[in-house]
Amino acid sequence: MSVVTLEIDGKVCTGVSGETVFDVAWNNGVKIPRLCHIGGLPNIGACRLCLVEVEGQKKLLPACITPVQEGMVVRTWSEKLIAHRRLIVELLFAERNHVCSVCVVNRNCELQDLAVELGLDHIRLRYQFPKLVADTSHERFGLDHNRCVLCTRCVRVCDEVEGAHTWDVSRRGALSQIIADLGEPWGESDTCTSCGKCVQVCPTGALFEKGKAVSEMRKDRGFLKYIVTAREKGQWIR
Amino acid sequence: MSRHHYSGDALIEVLHTAQELYGFLSPGLLKSIARKLRLPPSRVLGVATFYHFFSLKPKGEHTFVVCLGTACYVAGAPNVLTALEHRSTKAGTTTADGKVSVDGARCIGSCGLAPAVIYNGRILARVTPESISKELDRIGVE
Repeated sequence: MSVVTLEIDGKVCTGVSGETVFDVAWNNGVKIPRLCHIGGLPNIGACRLCLVEVEGQKKLLPACITPVQEGMVVRTWSEKLIAHRRLIVELLFAERNHVCSVCVVNRNCELQDLAVELGLDHIRLRYQFPKLVADTSHERFGLDHNRCVLCTRCVRVCDEVEGAHTWDVSRRGALSQIIADLGEPWGESDTCTSCGKCVQVCPTGALFEKGKAVSEMRKDRGFLKYIVTAREKGQWIR
Repeated sequence: MSRHHYSGDALIEVLHTAQELYGFLSPGLLKSIARKLRLPPSRVLGVATFYHFFSLKPKGEHTFVVCLGTACYVAGAPNVLTALEHRSTKAGTTTADGKVSVDGARCIGSCGLAPAVIYNGRILARVTPESISKELDRIGVE
């Protein structure tokens, strides 16, 4: 493990080789936006919100899966990057039916926060208004496909941390959807352990606790770091 | 499955063979594949629904796949498909009586035969709306 020095947004930062640009930036107070990344789960570089400019590279690189290199010069905010991020968030809003005013995580939502951060006051794209349903067959939790951004955090936490692999993604493209087992109602799944990890990591109100009214749901993600450090280092810190 | 030593990596091969044997992948079949390969059911369904090759619904008695590749398209494949859909059912579906399935496909590599239609696994060459209509008459479609 060697120490790597690099420049992020004009600030000299140090990290350890093998760390990602994303982690080093966050450790140094540079908050790169993200949706699919969540500390403790494997990175997949899918949402493209953490794209950054690296000097000497023509292409934009996703910070969450780019390892740091000595002497790297990284820019995390530029007009070009903001334009890309805005478009990504607009596409997410246009793709499904995100209605904040009736959502359990209104004002505690990562998608909403991103929109606010990027100054998104309108969507330039045509809304798709897909006809999607909510699955409330589970005793304690619900899944509303209308609010899902397909970040697959739930799929990964269920597979990697809980180990049940109840969730997966079915179909492809615009028809993609999160499924439990063989596409059966969540409540009938015999692999689900009802641990609720997926509900807590979900960035939006797609996975929610039942019995919560609008804006009432808060997500607790502390457990993830707790479990992962316990497993990897044998230290139980909360 | 035993040929692949019940390895989870062989999921796609197993699904291929299952589809060939049974014509489509029923929920029960997917469940038993998941159990035998020791895979989570959601992954099996995820893979089966990702690839267009796999079908979760039974196919009709007769299947028509209209090539919509560039060469066939230019040679009039859309008219053939419209004629076919008009007499039977929309592309990607099967008629209610289970008689005819219609599908579209990207280039099937038989551009010399454009417009081409795969009828029950056999290639029909230089198809016209009239010839496809005749074929439907022959198999007794109203």
